[in-house]
Amino acid sequence: MAILSVENVNKRFGGLKALDNVNLQIDAGTVHAIIGPNGAGKSTLLNCFVGRLEPDTGSVMFDGSSLLGIQPHQINQLGVSRVFQTPEIFGNLSLLENVMIPAFAKRDGSFTMNAWMSVSSESDLRDMAMDMLADVGLEAKSADIAGQLSRGDKRRLELAMCLVQQPKLLLLDEPTAGMARADTNNTIDLMKRIAERGVTMVVIEHDMHVVFSLADKISVLAQGTVIVEDLPENIKGDPRVQEAYLGGAHL
Amino acid sequence: MKMFSMDKKDILLFLCFSVAVLTGPIILEPFGAGYPDLLQKFAIFGIFALGFNILFGLTGYLSFGHAAFLGMGSYTAVWTFKLLSMNPIPAIVFATVMGGLFAALIGFISLRRSGIYFSILTLAFAQMSYNLAYSVLTPITNGETGLQLNQADPRVLDVMFGRDYGAVLPSSDFFGLDMTGYPGFYFCGIVLIICFFIAMRIFRSPFGMMLRAIKSNQNRMNYTGFNTRPYTLAAFVISGMYAGLAGGLMAVTDPLAGAERMQWTASGEVVLMTILGGAGTLLGPVIGAGAIKYFENIFSAFNEGILMGIYDFLPETLQHIMVSVSGLFVGEGWHLTLGALFMLIVIFLPGGLMEGFNRIKTLVTNRTGGGSDGAATPAAAE
Amino acid sequence: MDAILLQILNGLDKGGAYALIALGLTIIFGTLGVVNFAHGALFMLGAFCAVSVKAVLSLERVVEDPNQLTAWGTPMEIRTPFVEVWFGDFGATILDYSVPVSILIAIPVMLLIGIAMERGLVRFFYKRAHADQILVTFGLAIVLQEIVKAQFGANPIPQPAPEAASGMIDFGIMVGIDAGNVVYPAWRLIYFVFSAVVIGAVFAFLQFTTFGMVVRAGMADRETVGLLGIDIDRRFTIVFGIAAIVAGLAGAMYTPILSPDYHMGMDFLVLSFVVVVVGGMGSLTGAVSAGFLLGILQSFASMNEVKDILPGIDQIIIYLIAVVILLVRPRGLMGRKGVMEH
Repeated sequence: MAILSVENVNKRFGGLKALDNVNLQIDAGTVHAIIGPNGAGKSTLLNCFVGRLEPDTGSVMFDGSSLLGIQPHQINQLGVSRVFQTPEIFGNLSLLENVMIPAFAKRDGSFTMNAWMSVSSESDLRDMAMDMLADVGLEAKSADIAGQLSRGDKRRLELAMCLVQQPKLLLLDEPTAGMARADTNNTIDLMKRIAERGVTMVVIEHDMHVVFSLADKISVLAQGTVIVEDLPENIKGDPRVQEAYLGGAHL
Repeated sequence: MKMFSMDKKDILLFLCFSVAVLTGPIILEPFGAGYPDLLQKFAIFGIFALGFNILFGLTGYLSFGHAAFLGMGSYTAVWTFKLLSMNPIPAIVFATVMGGLFAALIGFISLRRSGIYFSILTLAFAQMSYNLAYSVLTPITNGETGLQLNQADPRVLDVMFGRDYGAVLPSSDFFGLDMTGYPGFYFCGIVLIICFFIAMRIFRSPFGMMLRAIKSNQNRMNYTGFNTRPYTLAAFVISGMYAGLAGGLMAVTDPLAGAERMQWTASGEVVLMTILGGAGTLLGPVIGAGAIKYFENIFSAFNEGILMGIYDFLPETLQHIMVSVSGLFVGEGWHLTLGALFMLIVIFLPGGLMEGFNRIKTLVTNRTGGGSDGAATPAAAE
Repeated sequence: MDAILLQILNGLDKGGAYALIALGLTIIFGTLGVVNFAHGALFMLGAFCAVSVKAVLSLERVVEDPNQLTAWGTPMEIRTPFVEVWFGDFGATILDYSVPVSILIAIPVMLLIGIAMERGLVRFFYKRAHADQILVTFGLAIVLQEIVKAQFGANPIPQPAPEAASGMIDFGIMVGIDAGNVVYPAWRLIYFVFSAVVIGAVFAFLQFTTFGMVVRAGMADRETVGLLGIDIDRRFTIVFGIAAIVAGLAGAMYTPILSPDYHMGMDFLVLSFVVVVVGGMGSLTGAVSAGFLLGILQSFASMNEVKDILPGIDQIIIYLIAVVILLVRPRGLMGRKGVMEH
């Protein structure tokens, strides 16, 4: 069954039709990749899922409730976590704090005036955060300042920050952009392990290597519409995809 | 007892701080600062800066209008003296509450914007309050003269309890203890210790961690499921309450209130105290406040005669040159020193004195081969 | 009708000053990305250029005239300004026109001050947080105003307008209203025309020169212009210098309207910031139109008829408008998306 269902979504920027009647069903427990050439509307679509952009028409339903007209923090509280193209972390705080903060959001909601108790008395959340850091291989650096991490480590940290919230849906915007090959492979392995736990993921990606090693299903976006939606093995040979994506060149 | 669970380091820091404040008159005696008027200022501005730091140090929102809350506190306290009682307790309670309410109002509007917009909005609000206090609100603020006590004030509570001040102008007293001189200092000092304790709890709490996270990456906070506005507003209101309390204490030690306390220079001063000591550190702002008030006191007192004495050893021409150059920076020119200090700190020591201490500490520990840091120097900034 | 016209006129000179300061502020914001809290101090320094020029021109030669005796029987001292001694009546005219003449001095002086400020301090803060920029320029503003205070004293120093322009103009006659109804100090009108000319010159400079084009491109997208390999650094210095000149001229010419004192800069700065915010950060036309708009609104709020209904409104009108605008249109009247936002 679909956990995220996008119906007839349209979005215009002035004269440009960025999204043209997009329909998409994301099944729970799958990894769904959205690919397409530059300017196809991938990022616009993603921004419509997280409250950053409002579509002109259409609906975006997540787990029974609409994602439209609500703030990013409310969408997160519904169970949607997001990984950014450039890792967004708390650069001045320690890794442990970086992971504890989302855990607080999950437990205490979007605002709690918890100004008297000490953070150090929250041993449950700390253990949870440490486990999560261990999971992504960063436990040894838990006391380091996050801003000093390498790009790949920042990505791991950001994933840990999302996963500690046990999201129902994880959105990833080009998770390996700007990464060295080794880092990319590590990240793919990590995401595979996450997928195996049954976390639903929507991945926007340029890198075909990443897409084909992860995705259960692929939607191809071109000029604001979904032109093909199929299993990875079928996508490779689809002439429409080659036409749209590479102007006819072979994958 | 879980409620008061504190790290050993924090307990030590708190104890050292309390002892330092209470023994202030003795410790500061050799520096010529061991007299109550100055000590009161240390404590009061320490509270002001401590609160400002909860906003600026933790969230990074730079308010240029906190003097408005200070002034609000002073006016409220003087009115409490006039209407209710000369006891300082109701005065500072009302001052804190009014500072908080006023901050809630201004913060609610200003916090809709961040960055420079926020700074400008708060500055505009403070200037607006200042202008109003000088003009239309004269019936409440007594305009340029400033709000003062009057023998004919009602003082309902005092009358009720049969407290009669006779024909003299009353001064604030804590159940018979006159709030001038040392008792006044100890009153302010104990309030400072309480304020420090509360600030410490906030710093170590999840709430404090969220504020630091907002400073670090507000966007991530939103996508992590936090509504940041109430957090920043709460920090703003808390710092407004600290400012109101400080303003109230000013009125306790000297029962009058003037609009100039709301001027942008006063707002700038608390910013300077905070960054001088080290924004975001627990102890820094208090040290910064003390340092500025101490040097203000010393520098303002200098005059040409004293300078001549200092440069007595120089040949006469040189003496005159030195006197006129240094004359720029002392006495009336103290603000020039303040401005220059402002620039120097921002340029060379953005982390303030606390960063300076830490740098020296690392230097020393590195040289001695990484000795243990058994000293009580607190690493308040994580 | 007459009263409205008079209030509009009253607002124009103040509006002109706001517009000129705000223009410089927003150019510096837009190109350099720096929040300059010392911009009001530049306005103040310009005003003190006029004061200094007047003081220098007024230096006097003292001659004892043995033919004339004072009441004490000593020879009377005849004091004549050197300019008059050297140039006769022309010298007297120069002295009379000291405020406009000071512009000639103010331009190079302010340019130098601007360049010194940018090279010596501001450039080290391009990459620092806005809070640091605010703080360091705030400190600089204090230093500058305290130096001026030490040099010129704390009291306002009146500067007369040239005699020919110190009277009133019956503006009403020019637009067909009965004489005596819309009478207006001539210098204020001159100030308005002057500010309009300076604003026009800045716009023309930005519009029609290559340099201006780069500056405008820089305001639209700083990073790209940097990537084009254009030597941004040197241009930044010049931009800062121009902004300093504009602020300085605004200050020098304003002296007959408001006797300059050391803290006039900060008073105008706060208001000019509000102007920039209302106009929209990074928008030049926004800054100029908001400057005049707020100047005029402020003069309307100072009318007794208005003050009777809303006491104190003249003190806070500008701030109130700023608050309302920011709540209704967070980017200001003409602000663009993405400019100076975090």
